[in-house]
Parts: sequence; structure tokens; C-alpha cells
Amino acid sequence: MKAVERVMAARASNRMTATDYINALTGGTFLEFHGDRRYADDRAIKAGLGMIDNIPVTIIGLEKGKNTQERVARNFGSAHPEGYRKALRLMKQAEKFRRPVLCLVDTSGAFCGIGAEERGQGQAIAENLMEMMTLKTPILSILIGEGGSGGALALAVANEVWMLENAVYSVISPEGCASILWKDANKMAEAAQCLRMTSHDLLTMEVIERIIPEPEDDKAEFFATLKEQIIETLCQYQTMTDEELTENRYNRFRKYGQTVKIYSFEESNV
Amino acid sequence: MFNSDFFTFLKPKNELEKLPSERSNGNERPFIPESLLIKCPECKKMMLSSDLAENKRVCVHCNHHFRMSARERIAVTVDEGSFVEINGDMTSKNIINFPEYTWKLANAKNRSGENEAVITGICTINGYKTVLFVMDSNFMMGSMGTVTGEKITCAFEYASEHHLPVIGFTVSGGARMQEGILSLMQMAKTSGAVKRHSDKGLLYITVLTDPTTGGVTASFAMEGDIILSEPHVLIAFAGPRVIEQTIRQKLPKDFQSAEFLQTKGFVDAIVSRAKMKEVLGKLLMIHGYKNTLSVQEEKEEILPDDTTAEEDIE
Ligand SMILES: [Zn+2]
Repeated sequence: MKAVERVMAARASNRMTATDYINALTGGTFLEFHGDRRYADDRAIKAGLGMIDNIPVTIIGLEKGKNTQERVARNFGSAHPEGYRKALRLMKQAEKFRRPVLCLVDTSGAFCGIGAEERGQGQAIAENLMEMMTLKTPILSILIGEGGSGGALALAVANEVWMLENAVYSVISPEGCASILWKDANKMAEAAQCLRMTSHDLLTMEVIERIIPEPEDDKAEFFATLKEQIIETLCQYQTMTDEELTENRYNRFRKYGQTVKIYSFEESNV
Repeated sequence: MFNSDFFTFLKPKNELEKLPSERSNGNERPFIPESLLIKCPECKKMMLSSDLAENKRVCVHCNHHFRMSARERIAVTVDEGSFVEINGDMTSKNIINFPEYTWKLANAKNRSGENEAVITGICTINGYKTVLFVMDSNFMMGSMGTVTGEKITCAFEYASEHHLPVIGFTVSGGARMQEGILSLMQMAKTSGAVKRHSDKGLLYITVLTDPTTGGVTASFAMEGDIILSEPHVLIAFAGPRVIEQTIRQKLPKDFQSAEFLQTKGFVDAIVSRAKMKEVLGKLLMIHGYKNTLSVQEEKEEILPDDTTAEEDIE
């Protein structure tokens, strides 16, 4: 598949959203919590508590919505600062009880608007990056659809980052890149390729640890396997000391650019 | 091309400053051949470029703060001769083989005379020793690539190791898209280094300069214990044009200015360039860092004249 085809697949309106994952993984035990305790509740982020088998987990998902009405209510999965602050509040709560955190990332980006700027979109993201780096509980982030820049990263400073095969993760949207660099948003296919935003390219750059194959018809099997993998990984990190955990997370990100490394990518899927 | 895109993207055209190489066009007066005249984009009055330089690139008529290069910034901020650069030879490469990036890097180096969009080092400010990083808008609009992030991270790690404060001057168009996701990762990496430095009880002061936007705003620029800004700086996560396109309406004139952000609670103090050094020195003093000048004087009083400098304070 070409990069642009994966971008389209990641954005497809019939793609599973965070809610599907939350329901399937927690088997109906999920309790949603609202609000950042400072300003408002941002519905672009669905967050709360649930049991994944017998493990209590704090789950934070960027939710795009299932139909037009819900998409509008959820601002198409683009969070405001209060969304990131709600996420951080619940991560701190998880840290208190040393409960693992699972983040489900699916956003075209943090919202760009007047209110978002006035309430400090940049500051809210920055604070998450800083605080997540030393959060004393395991964090696993899974990119399930779109990973749009800082708005995605603000929920992906994790011990491991996984990605659905057709999910994408990029510093800028291919349309944005094409219009800034080439003054032509129609060159987005070329930009998508150049940005190296597919799961396979990101695995090459060690930006993700694992590619999750896309679900086929049997969703039950997909979730059973995913659940098993999540439990195994969370248990593994849960045995680490606080220091080992935060050291692991710091080193995970410390390596990007520590030495200048020129990447070569497999072009078989172009 | 990339730079000028970002310039126009961030500022209305008429406010664009002329580059040193372009300044002579039409501005030269025959009766003052050595001194070029500069027009202030704010008050439209003319002044000699030498007067502007003397005044730290602040308009002598209306106090408008012109942009300045990282080297000029260092020169007006630190104690003369005190700056020691770290990692000065580190430089970016075209790591994901992005079209035209190799050429753009060469062009940026040529234009700025620097190897990267940030200069890092150690210096003293009014006698107080500190780690310093200064971004440069002449290098790809201060965009953050992997080497930019690496230099800043190394600066924080050095400061953590040597129990030093960090002062950072930011100017940036955001993450450098030519390095793809790896430039985004620098936001997390630098934030981690800031957090570790902070957890050691060490001071970090950010000074926002025009413009500070995108991934830099959403990482280390907003992570200072104390956030200062020069006057009338554009501070944004999303630039004004992106917002106007998203919401399809015109933004108010001073939206996203330092003054606006201060009323919203995101800037501790707006400090004019003329006062900046004094304020930074005072903040370092208040936080209990040792003044190397006074340490030196103390030593001289205690020690007899003929003592060798072996035990001298570093
Ligand atoms: Zn003026």
C-alpha cells in the first residue's frame, strides 16, 4: 500500500474508534470520568477506568465519534487544552494508585482555534510531555488511526508505542506539508511518502515497538490477541521499579538524534 | 524559499525586516556612504544602522524590538568574553532523504553563518554562571530538527550534571518537517531533559522572542520555571494564518502577542531588551546561584598575594 492509501485508511469514517477498543478491551467494565477540574470537560478525549481482564487500567482515548452528530460533539477528535489537562489529571491519579495507563491515539491534531490558543494549547501539550516522562506507572500508547503531531505526542510519551498497520503518525499532515513546501495541497500523496508516516517506516526509525495487524472480519479474535499482548506488556512493566520505569521512558526518547543516523527505507510497498 | 515562506506565514509582509545582505537596496544615501539607513517597520521613522546596533537592535524612536541573530543576542546578553560554546560543530543531515532538504540546509548555513538553528554554551550574566541556549531565526526560521533538539537536550544534561541554571531564548517556526517524525520526537526528548533538570531543583528561565510557535511553544518554550518575553512577540501553538483558515474569520490584531498571552496567564513578565541582562542577573541572584565575580573578590581578600591559583574556583 502507498503511504497516501494508508492515510486514507487511517481516516476512513468506518474505522474503529477509541470507544470500540475501550468496550472490547474492558468488557463493559469501563467507567468514564469527566473534566480537567480547571475549566471544562473536553469530549474529544474519552477517559476513565476499566478492567482489562483482572488488571485495573486508566484508559485515555482520543475519540473522533461514530456519526455526524457525535463527531461534532467530539470536535472530530481534536482536543482543546482542557482535554490534555483532563488526560494529565487522570494519569496523575493512575500514578497515585500505580495503575498502568493505556492511551489510544486517534486525532488529526490538537485543535487550532481562538479558545485553544487563549487557554494555552502549547502549554498544555508541553506539560503533558514533561509530566508523562517521569510518571511513576507504566504507560502504553497505541496509535489506532491518525497520529497528528503534538496533539498525538501529548498522549504518546510512553514506555512503548504500538501502531495499527494502517495508522499514521506524523509531524504535520501531508496536506499541510504540501501546501507549505510546494504551495499545492494536491501534492499530499507525495508529501505522505516523503514524511515517512506509515507504521512500517516508523518501525524502521524505532519510533514504534510493534505493528498490530489490521483486524479482519473476526473482530473478536483481533481483540483477544490485542488484549493478551497488552496484558503481557503491562505486567512486564508493572514489575519494574519507579526508577527503572522512568529511566526506560527517558532513554526511549533520548535516542532520537543522539547520533546523526541516515535511514534507508524499504520501498517494496510504494 | 522555505525561510521566506515561514516569514510571510508568521508576519505581515510590511513588517518584514530586511536581511543584512539586502539592506542596501534603496536605503543608501549618498552623503552617508558608510552608514545605512533603516526604516522602523513600526513607526516608519528612519535611523542609522549603527545607532540601531548600538541600541541592541531596538528602534531609537519607538522602542520596537527588531529581530536579531543568535550571536547578536549572546553579545548583548552575556558578560563580555564569557561565552564558551558547546557542540558548536554539530550539524543536521538529510536523515530521511527529504526532497530539497540537503540544499535548504546548505542555504541556511550560508545565510546564518551557523551550523544549526540553536547555539548552546556556558556563560556568565552579571557574574552569574549559567548554561545558555539561543535559537536563531536566520537558520530555517529556527525550526527544530533532531540536532536542534539534541543540542538543547545536551545543554540541559550538562546543566543537571554541573548544578547550573539554564536560560533559553526561543524563536521558532516549529518542528522541522523535513526530518519527519524524528523532529516531533525532539519535543518529548527536550521536555524529558527539562523535567530531569527541574527535578534536581535547578532554575530554568525561558525568554520568548519573536516569533515562538508550534512544536517549540508546545515543548521547552512553555516549560520554564519563569517565562519571560520581549515586548510584542508573537507566541502561538498554531500560527494566526492556520487559525484563520480553520475558523474562517479574521483574528483580532494583538491576538497571540506577548501582552495578550500575559493577560491569559502564560507569561510571567515582559522585559524590554534594554533591561533583559539586568533582570536575568537578578533572577539568578535571587535563586542563590553564586556570583563568580564576588567569589573571585572573596578569594583575593583571603589569600595572600603569592598563592598560586591552583585552588581557584572554576
Ligand atoms: Zn520605531
